[in-house]
Amino acid sequence: MSDHEHKYGIVRSGFASTNPEDPDNHPPTAEERELREYPLDIAAANAKAKSGTGKQYWRSIEELAGDPHFEDLLHREFPRAASEWDESVDRRGFLKLLGASMALAGMAGCGRPPEQHIVPYVKQPDGLILGKPQQYATVMPFGADAVGVLVESHEGRPTKIEGNPDHPSSLGATDAFAQAAILDLYDPDRAKTPTEAGDIRTWAMFQQAAQDLATAQKSVNGAGMRILTGTITSPVLAAQIEYVLKFFPQAKWHQWEPAISDGAREGAKLAFGRYVNTVCRVEKANVILSLDADFMANGPGHTRYMKDFYKRRNLTGPNDEMNRLYAVEPTPSVTGSAADHRLPLRASEIELFARAIAAKLDLGGSATLSKDAERFADAVAKDLQKNRGASLVVAGEQQSAEVHALAHVINAALGNAGATVYYTEPVEANPVNHAESLHELAADIHKSKVDLLLILGGNPVYDAPRDWAFSEFEQKLKKVHTVVHVSSHYNETSEFSRWHIPETHFLETWGDARAFDGTYSVIQPLIAPLYQARSAFEVLAAFTDKPGVTSYDALREHVKTVLGAGDAEKNWRKSLNDGLVAGTALAPLPVSAKFSPASLPPAKAHNADEFEFIFRPDPTIYDGRFANNGWLQELAKPITKITWDNAALVSPVTAQKLGIGRTIASRGGEHGQVRSSVVDIELSNGKVSAAAWVVPGQADGVVVLPLGYGRKNAGETGTNKGFNAYAVRGSNALWATTGGKVTVTNDEYPIACTQFHHNVEGRKIVSSASLEEYKKNPNFAHEKDETPPNGLTLYQNFEELGYYKHYKWAMAIDLTKCNGCNACVVACQSENNIPVVGKDQVMRGREMHWIRIDRYYESGLETEKDDDSEIPALANPPTYFQPVPCQQCENAPCEQVCPVGATTHSAEGLNDMVYNRCIGTRYCSNNCPYKVRRFNFLRFQDWETPSLKLMRNPEVTVRSRGVMEKCTYCVQRINNVRIESEKDNGGVGREIRDGEIVTACEQACPSEAIVFGNANDPNSRVSKLREKVNPRAYNMLGELNARPRTTYLGAVRNLNSDLEKA
Amino acid sequence: MAQIFHRSTNFIARFSLFSAIFLAGLALTGILALARSPYFTRQNISREQPVQFSHKHHVGDDGIDCRFCHTSVENSATAGIPPTKTCMNCHSVLFNNAGYLEPVRESFRTDQSIQWVKVHRLGDFAYFNHSIHVSKGVGCSTCHGAVNQMPLIFQANTLLMQWCLDCHRNPEAVLRPLDQVYNMDWKAPDDQAKIGHDFAVERKIRSTVELTSCSTCHR
Repeated sequence: MSDHEHKYGIVRSGFASTNPEDPDNHPPTAEERELREYPLDIAAANAKAKSGTGKQYWRSIEELAGDPHFEDLLHREFPRAASEWDESVDRRGFLKLLGASMALAGMAGCGRPPEQHIVPYVKQPDGLILGKPQQYATVMPFGADAVGVLVESHEGRPTKIEGNPDHPSSLGATDAFAQAAILDLYDPDRAKTPTEAGDIRTWAMFQQAAQDLATAQKSVNGAGMRILTGTITSPVLAAQIEYVLKFFPQAKWHQWEPAISDGAREGAKLAFGRYVNTVCRVEKANVILSLDADFMANGPGHTRYMKDFYKRRNLTGPNDEMNRLYAVEPTPSVTGSAADHRLPLRASEIELFARAIAAKLDLGGSATLSKDAERFADAVAKDLQKNRGASLVVAGEQQSAEVHALAHVINAALGNAGATVYYTEPVEANPVNHAESLHELAADIHKSKVDLLLILGGNPVYDAPRDWAFSEFEQKLKKVHTVVHVSSHYNETSEFSRWHIPETHFLETWGDARAFDGTYSVIQPLIAPLYQARSAFEVLAAFTDKPGVTSYDALREHVKTVLGAGDAEKNWRKSLNDGLVAGTALAPLPVSAKFSPASLPPAKAHNADEFEFIFRPDPTIYDGRFANNGWLQELAKPITKITWDNAALVSPVTAQKLGIGRTIASRGGEHGQVRSSVVDIELSNGKVSAAAWVVPGQADGVVVLPLGYGRKNAGETGTNKGFNAYAVRGSNALWATTGGKVTVTNDEYPIACTQFHHNVEGRKIVSSASLEEYKKNPNFAHEKDETPPNGLTLYQNFEELGYYKHYKWAMAIDLTKCNGCNACVVACQSENNIPVVGKDQVMRGREMHWIRIDRYYESGLETEKDDDSEIPALANPPTYFQPVPCQQCENAPCEQVCPVGATTHSAEGLNDMVYNRCIGTRYCSNNCPYKVRRFNFLRFQDWETPSLKLMRNPEVTVRSRGVMEKCTYCVQRINNVRIESEKDNGGVGREIRDGEIVTACEQACPSEAIVFGNANDPNSRVSKLREKVNPRAYNMLGELNARPRTTYLGAVRNLNSDLEKA
Repeated sequence: MAQIFHRSTNFIARFSLFSAIFLAGLALTGILALARSPYFTRQNISREQPVQFSHKHHVGDDGIDCRFCHTSVENSATAGIPPTKTCMNCHSVLFNNAGYLEPVRESFRTDQSIQWVKVHRLGDFAYFNHSIHVSKGVGCSTCHGAVNQMPLIFQANTLLMQWCLDCHRNPEAVLRPLDQVYNMDWKAPDDQAKIGHDFAVERKIRSTVELTSCSTCHR
């Protein structure tokens, strides 16, 4: 890697520098200290919010505080030091470079392009039309769920993952994880061959070794054999494990999934006396209470739940009704931010709140709450009562068994069981308490009982609790005679394993899985394994008497039992085509909750002065398994908008008390890098240094430690990013603990946070109202915006020139339905070959996402005045999300300033971007009021790594350095559909049907917040959502008269009048 | 002070100034002309192929339809280069001992593709779609020339953007009856302007602004 490449954080572009000695990871230099602009001032922000009249929307505390320095920073055309060279070049050097590049450029331009070759098939597969992508149904196994997906394949290369409309866990949508899974497949850092103690081995050699190990174990009935897996919902794999256990009767199967708590399992046991699977019917609930449940972003069925939730938020007019969501949670989540009413409570107080609700519903027990919480609980309980049989209480993944049991009891008492929620047999093949299971294994290893340990997936050395397991487990693993680790990457655990077998990606293997409701789903491969990878099934098979059996054989054998009567081959083909076997969802169990809240021991008193530390899976890289996925690393976290790092999250009050600050530093402000205080966190299980981050809306005294970062061996992208929260996580407190210490140090850590980027300060960007206000004033979104009359412009009138005659593409984005889940951002990245730029470049404001999601907080509300908290404006501000793609203006400011005609108006009203004409003046982006244009400052795209070439969408140009790019409304999809429609009827053609063109963002969106279509057709869905038709629709910055084709619909919250005012 | 230069140097100075401008202009013209020359566009240049496949023989002499081999031309962006299997359908029986077909047989035996040299090479930033052109009545020979007379295939046109736009601005000049699209010998009749216009109306050919929007071809 050259020095230059290092400097710009491009190692193999597409993947960022992983060097811990990144130029921006050093403490600020004297020069940078001098350049420092503006330290965080929470008190000023609060004062400003109090003095403000009416609603204000803001993104960062700095913006709310409105310090003149910060504004000065924003107003600078070029941020300080932006134009400085990182390494000085003298005049002579510069001229030399100039001359050489001129000469070389000339030379390069003179040669003829080299010959290319066409490499046709020898035997073309049936049904394949060259140049036409095909879609195959499969599922992505993820925790106790399987997400139904359709995968686009170009001549055998899977390139894009979309939701499967027929699959219950997807209904056509996906989350960001599923969208990004395609990058995992092509990750160049994947393990490529089996290894034994680091030496390359063949699969046959492993099979031989496995047989030898098996023979040794057989003699002791497998007494020394252990299998460790994550949650398994695959019946075939489970059957294989059972087979192995039968073969070795004394062997044991252990399970450990670091980011899923045992609360749900144990809660079910408490309430029903047995493990059950809880399935919600969110669309049937009028009132939902989330007890720290991020059910739209986390846990089984979350994509489906999000879809169902927003089905009840379709506001076509002011007379429509909405469901209502209450959220009680310690830290703002995607679900909580979407809630109509949200109450920040410490994680330990959630149980108290649940008890209080149960008490108010006369279920027994009691709990004392604070004044605010009491009032909240009263209103919630009343609302739940009012909606018996049509309400729903959901307990969070990270909550205790008691909270889950209370939720079950409350649901039963409200008559919701069977109506909005039902229970089935567990989806997991073998539900056990994971914490106990891993503990048992660790104890056995400690007692030297284990000779052979098969770790199928997972990374326990990294993610097991520190106290008893795998920190020592590193040591402990050495006690095991042979460890066999199967995983996609050679990771922390692999280092301690004798054998490492690369694991197949789900797009490379046959298999099966059960979805959140039990639906039997078939995994079919889209491509042969890229490397010498094997599935967990095949590794297990190597230890049995049938070592050669393949996943496919086993699947075909098992599927016979699922498919039922009829033509077996036909049924099999159909299940492959559908990605599932219809009608295999598990039947509701006739269980009833036998649990009395009164039987709970009295609640533990907690000390409000004590810090509470809670662990959460990271919103983008989850438990660490996606750490090497550049798309997810660079994806701004929904709430904090941090990329490439995690941070210890604290509330503004706590930050003020501790003296945690942050500084918008030299390359600051809009193009900003932020330096945040570093805190030392000391818990009973260890100590870790973390960057702190202030999050409005978080409960005071709570410190959130997101899991998944601080990987030591994740691959080039994921290694040494952020801090490792697992390092302080003990088995006694997997999800929340108190009694730790936080020390603020003098160090600062640079954070790449995009909330300071693309700021459109002070103007009316977001519109919001309560449902009541909306009913009273359907035009609330228009109060201030004054879109000038159509003719009032000096720009060309395109309509007179014959434009927009046929189609007039438009997009509508409903802010009521956006909860910032980020699925659209990754979908766009995947569809449009958008590169990853790395942390250093994000800090320079150069992220390339064509669609960004701006997160706004609201203040100046009536409720703040009654708020007891110290900083009311920041205590619990309502949160809004606004996805911003290119607005495709009719009077486009960008088009007017391009000196080379590289951005022009298309006949259908798109602002076409022609890469081969662009010379990189960046005038267009300077003139764009929406800040949606992205410039390739460097060659961000990786052109060398072979595996990444396979991943690219061949329908979209791969851009190089020096060109501007931006959202195209997925013009490749428009063109493909248009061509198909025009070929119809024997070349005469037909109109494109509404909904026939689906943009990548629209396709991925679980809440259907994004609608694309033809605005010329008055009956199209988008026409009904446009301004002048739908009162909620407004143009962003309408007064500029840019006439954007993307319109927004104002956000509406369904507030409870009991809580609205005291 | 005495003059250093003789008066005649004025002429030389003027002359060199003008000729510098002239030379720069000439060089620019030359570069632009070069970029459009067959040297760069490779118009009319045949390439050596692994198998010296003759379209003249297969199309001209044997009368095989284009779509027999280029199967996806009506459905897809690409017309499709046939798999070795297509060759072997006939050549497992015909000329099955011919030495010059050995690369074909070898490909079939070893399952290794024949690597044809690409003749029609459009810029990677242009997204041409065969299917829409043939279904609207643009014949193969309009762009590819008289393939039935080419022993070795060569590029009959420049494939420069200007050449594309000539048609996109005036598609009437080349539209044919749909049953003549694959006819290599089709010649525009005298009343092409009229029938072309009729075809354009009948087939709802889009307007010039639509056909010349950048995103029609670039994305």
